[in-house]
Amino acid sequence: MSKDVVGGKVGKGLQSLSTFGSGTTRLEVFAIIATAVIVIGGLELALRWFEVPLYILPPPSAIVKGLIKDFPLILPHLGHTLVVLLSGFAIGAGVGMFLAALITQFPFAEKIIAPYILILVTTPMLALVPLLILRFGFGYEPRIIAVALASGPMVMINSATGFRRVDANKIALARSYGASTLQIFWKVRAPMALPMILVGLMIGAIFGLLTAVGSEMVGGGFGLGNRLTTYSSMIRMPEFFGVVLILSFLGILIYVIFFLIGKKWASWET
Amino acid sequence: MGQGVLGATTLSVKAATKQYGDFHALKDCSLDVRAKTIVSIVGPSGCGKTTLLWAMSGLNPLTSGEVILDGTPITRPRPEVGLVFQEANLLPWRNLMDNILFPFEIKGQKPDRAWIDHLLERVSLKGFEKSFPNELSGGMQQRASIVRALSLQPSVLLMDEPFGALDAFTREEMNQLVEEIWLETKTTIVFITHSIEEALFLSDQVVVLTPRPGRVLNIYDVPFERPRTLEIMSSKAVFDLTNRIKADIYSQHTARRAAAE
Repeated sequence: MSKDVVGGKVGKGLQSLSTFGSGTTRLEVFAIIATAVIVIGGLELALRWFEVPLYILPPPSAIVKGLIKDFPLILPHLGHTLVVLLSGFAIGAGVGMFLAALITQFPFAEKIIAPYILILVTTPMLALVPLLILRFGFGYEPRIIAVALASGPMVMINSATGFRRVDANKIALARSYGASTLQIFWKVRAPMALPMILVGLMIGAIFGLLTAVGSEMVGGGFGLGNRLTTYSSMIRMPEFFGVVLILSFLGILIYVIFFLIGKKWASWET
Repeated sequence: MGQGVLGATTLSVKAATKQYGDFHALKDCSLDVRAKTIVSIVGPSGCGKTTLLWAMSGLNPLTSGEVILDGTPITRPRPEVGLVFQEANLLPWRNLMDNILFPFEIKGQKPDRAWIDHLLERVSLKGFEKSFPNELSGGMQQRASIVRALSLQPSVLLMDEPFGALDAFTREEMNQLVEEIWLETKTTIVFITHSIEEALFLSDQVVVLTPRPGRVLNIYDVPFERPRTLEIMSSKAVFDLTNRIKADIYSQHTARRAAAE
């Protein structure tokens, strides 16, 4: 191990996802921080210098101040969004992975289902939210359903790609030791598919977040999406951007979680 | 383990035929493998060598004919038969030790750690237990796969061109290793190869197959003492045997070309 590698043996993870974290040296860390300081500080100075009105673009300091002041108010909305996101994603991802494992066992059925999956993947599920609200009211249900519908197909097509990557020799190896179909699935097919499943889960979670926030903007009185519409209608831009900041943080968090899982469990695939 | 008396037939292939549609991969192919010997099967590509080996392993049943191991026909994989693949075929998400323990996991059997340790020592892989396949060289990977196959102490080891992908020097090293392991364990080995040199170095008998359909053309005894030294391998007797086997294979080429015209 070279001496100034931060975090040791990084960089093997999901290369398909990013080039982040691959052997970052101290100098690079310093450069990254310095750049961030210059960008944020420069933005602050520029906005003040040109006296840009608060309602067009608030300076970073105002955003942070607004966010801290209103945070107790925003917190329950964050909770609402997380409930919608996590339950919708859990349902969508669970069903998606199960269906992927199932249909890849039957290539014929797969061909028949494929167009419908494609429609589900390409149609923005936000379009269904007004309809779902009519049917299920303004509570959690329509949003959870929308999130599940948005994330499920993403998880499914990527997992299916993973399960389809069968290596006949590795299955023959397991069979030569008398492995059952179930053992072959858990000990050969599933680990082989894992890197693609993780990619699917990450994309699914990001789509879920988009759909959760979008559905809260469409109607109802709760959630971070609702905060966005409320703050913008009140022209409280610092708080508005504060919520945007939370949303980007959630997106990054999703990315980092799956990146770390990938590094731990799927680093064999470089 | 049910090993036959020295010299008795352990594994016998009787009138093996394998058809894929109209294509005969094997036709009436018969041969006997005596217990505790090494038998190599050579022949041009597409002569059904791998088909024959997979039939012996029970992974790919024959269209007709049978493979008999110690009196019972093989119709599906048996624990007494170990298989080494063309590629090392390690599972890339498992480290070396977990790869070797894979068969025990499938069988729900307790591994014999002392034996596995001994094997690892034998093939100079001690200290690499935690390494992942992509961190090992091709030769090391194939050595690990041999340990995996031997860890269950099979009475028969089937090897399907195991060193075909390795460079010439590594290949010679691996051949010596197989001989050493055989001298220690006396496991019956059926070895498929493209290399006549490799076949003669390792075997007690060399079987030459003809292509399309795969059939036994000739069987040669290789009666040289072991370990096979460079001296033996460069002797006139080995040279003559090499040429006879080559002639067999060339005669197939000419026969095929004549048939094509």
